[in-house]
Amino acid sequence: MPAPAIELTGINKSFGPVQANRDINLTVEQGTIHGIIGENGAGKSTLMSILYGFYQADSGSISVGGKPVTIHTPNDAIAIGIGMVHQHFMLVQNFTVLENVMLGAEGGQLLTGSIADARAELHKLEEAYALEVDTEAVIEELPVGLQQRVEILKALYRGAEILILDEPTGVLTPAEADHLFRVLAQLKEQGKTIVLITHKLREIMAITDNVSVMRQGTMVATRKTSETSVEELAELMVGRHVLLRVEKGPAHPGDVKLAVENLTVRDRRGVTMVNNVSFEVRAGEIVGIAGVAGNGQSELIEAIAGMRQAVSGRVLLDGLPIHVTGSADPAELRRRGLAHVPEDRHYTGLVLPFEEAENSILGYHGQAKYLKGPFLDIDAIRKDAAAKIEAYDIRPPNCRLKSANFSGGNQQKIVLAREMEQDPTVLVVAQPTRGVDVGAIEFIHKRIIEMRDAGKAVLLVSVELDEIRSLSDRILVMFAGQVAGERGPDATEGELGLLMAGITDGQEAAE
Amino acid sequence: MDWHLYLGLNVLDSTIRISVPLLLACLAGLYSERSGVFDIGLEGKMLAGAFAGAAAASSFGSAWIGLFFAILVSVGFALVHGFASITARGNQIVSGVAINFIAAGGAVILGQAWFKQGGRTPSLVGDERFSVVTLPFADSLGGVPLLGPVYRELVSGHYILVYFAFLMVPVTWWVLFRTRFGLRLRAVGENPAAVDTAGISVTFLRYRAVMITGILCGFSGAYLSVAQNAGFVKDMTAGKGFIALAALIFAKWRPVNAMFACLLFGYLEALGISLQGKPLPVIGTVPVQFMQALPYILTVILLAGFIGKAIPPRAGGVPYVKER
Repeated sequence: MPAPAIELTGINKSFGPVQANRDINLTVEQGTIHGIIGENGAGKSTLMSILYGFYQADSGSISVGGKPVTIHTPNDAIAIGIGMVHQHFMLVQNFTVLENVMLGAEGGQLLTGSIADARAELHKLEEAYALEVDTEAVIEELPVGLQQRVEILKALYRGAEILILDEPTGVLTPAEADHLFRVLAQLKEQGKTIVLITHKLREIMAITDNVSVMRQGTMVATRKTSETSVEELAELMVGRHVLLRVEKGPAHPGDVKLAVENLTVRDRRGVTMVNNVSFEVRAGEIVGIAGVAGNGQSELIEAIAGMRQAVSGRVLLDGLPIHVTGSADPAELRRRGLAHVPEDRHYTGLVLPFEEAENSILGYHGQAKYLKGPFLDIDAIRKDAAAKIEAYDIRPPNCRLKSANFSGGNQQKIVLAREMEQDPTVLVVAQPTRGVDVGAIEFIHKRIIEMRDAGKAVLLVSVELDEIRSLSDRILVMFAGQVAGERGPDATEGELGLLMAGITDGQEAAE
Repeated sequence: MDWHLYLGLNVLDSTIRISVPLLLACLAGLYSERSGVFDIGLEGKMLAGAFAGAAAASSFGSAWIGLFFAILVSVGFALVHGFASITARGNQIVSGVAINFIAAGGAVILGQAWFKQGGRTPSLVGDERFSVVTLPFADSLGGVPLLGPVYRELVSGHYILVYFAFLMVPVTWWVLFRTRFGLRLRAVGENPAAVDTAGISVTFLRYRAVMITGILCGFSGAYLSVAQNAGFVKDMTAGKGFIALAALIFAKWRPVNAMFACLLFGYLEALGISLQGKPLPVIGTVPVQFMQALPYILTVILLAGFIGKAIPPRAGGVPYVKER
């Protein structure tokens, strides 16, 4: 048996008081795809950054191909054949593909000759690994899937035998992700060793040979992928039993709390994104809106929440109209009992440089309980934030920490706590678990169901079909700005998939 | 209408003379800003260079020694800016402004202490000052119609620093787009993380860029005090560093554009001098202050998006910190 491609022994790494890696041992066999899975902040990226020379370990040793090595800089890593595809691409946006691939491996002081050599070499690589990219294209004009391909080519160009990919599918569409997996499988066939860092269980099961699980800076287990299961991995990651499917009782729908009538919304370019949509949400039920991203869900939600002006139609909140075609004001809608968890927590949900406590009242900061005369009552706000942190298990439990320093799942909980704790009549939740760990997903799902059981009308929008199916009492599928159909909670994935592709009841009947 | 007022050889000749310090400072700023270090202290470095150049030229009796000291002092200031913005990761604007103040005040204080002439340096005479270069055949070809006078007046008869400045335009272009250093320089100004992960030192790269900025600012300062003028006077840069910065934005951080921007701004000033007190058709007399303000007005119009888009290097002004 050949020496393992990578062998890490006793790796420790601290950032100030935080120990990101604690006595890590890891063996990666040559010519395999090895998954490293763990929640956000479990120390996966730190470990790989140590292997790539971006950080130095405080202690521990590294062997590559059976030989002990010291890696002080990325240069050292590159020299011994380690390449890395970072989560946030390390590409110069206004450079061409060729320039990006060459950067740092130019092969001489002058570019004149080396450009031609590099181009030829790159073409050879593209052919050998079926990774076609136009070498003269400028990066910022390429879709993310191709940008990632450039990152892979960059590593191969430097002669990488071991390829580390850090959360490679986070920015990809499902189709692009599938393509990436085919590329990785092919690289493996050609003898490359691949380390795949992810927090998505599905990816681990789909492509890896072996999987190592990290939790809170330690390596808790290594398994052969064929001998483990999603349930076991989830439990190892979180450290306790996780329900991948939430349990909920039957719904008891009451009065209509949110009614959307013939709503039409256009986007900035004037394209009709929501076309004559009507539905209602009753108290005590969860209505899920499924659909492939970009079929009008975002615009629909934004119009209801008062963030985007609709062209025509009506929206009734608790029987009273919202001025959706004019000056609907999100602040006023909040006062009327419409809570909104926006789909992009970084862009619209939080002010990242603000303290957690500030974000936990944002939008509700005009309420008397947070004010002392014309000023904010900081003590009351912090007390309120501390209570939410406790109730929603937000970690670290420090309401004075900048929101940017929380992990994605905890940031999402900050937003959810803010919106849910105001006792709304209607809760509009978009993509509640995007980029969130397994453990936090379970918690968030439970909370949404609790809101329903407390008699709130919940409108849920998600591109995760599993999420829609496990939470919703009724499912609406949007396609090209229209509701393609409505199904009950027991609808099959295939049935919903057809609707998502725009094949409606009428067409089926005709066939 | 008297076209000589607009395009006469004397107007074009002074255009070149006025453009040169702008061009040197503009190219200086180009290196720094392309590497991601904004430099509002071009003015200060020019002024410090001008003072050091004149003081050294007068003390040692050589223009070349003056130039050497101009560069030395300017690079010293550049390294201070480099330390503040690269190593200490400070605010680059604050550092640049500080350098402008230190240079303006320091030159006068030292000038007064050393030469006791109210902050001036002694007038430079003979070898203490650069003399103009007369190109071969300038006189014999001067008689050729049209091209002869152009060669004699415009091309020939400038200080050597003028030729150096214009030579630096293709050199800068070549360095930026045809060398490894240039590729990395452009990359580090756009995405330092990409450079870092490619195994290249962001710090060293930026320091080199900042030092080149210092060298070129030294040339610019020496041109003012040891060539164009015979000595240093208080505040002699008179905002040229800022006009150079405006030209850099106007040129969208490209070397050949920078030359044209500096020539345009130089021409506007030359025109202002040429037209001083002379009424224009239709609009009447234009105040000289208006001509002086034109470069800034043009830059504002550019920034407002009327003449294409000026996109600065993406990482400009932001100190590089590894994640965490």
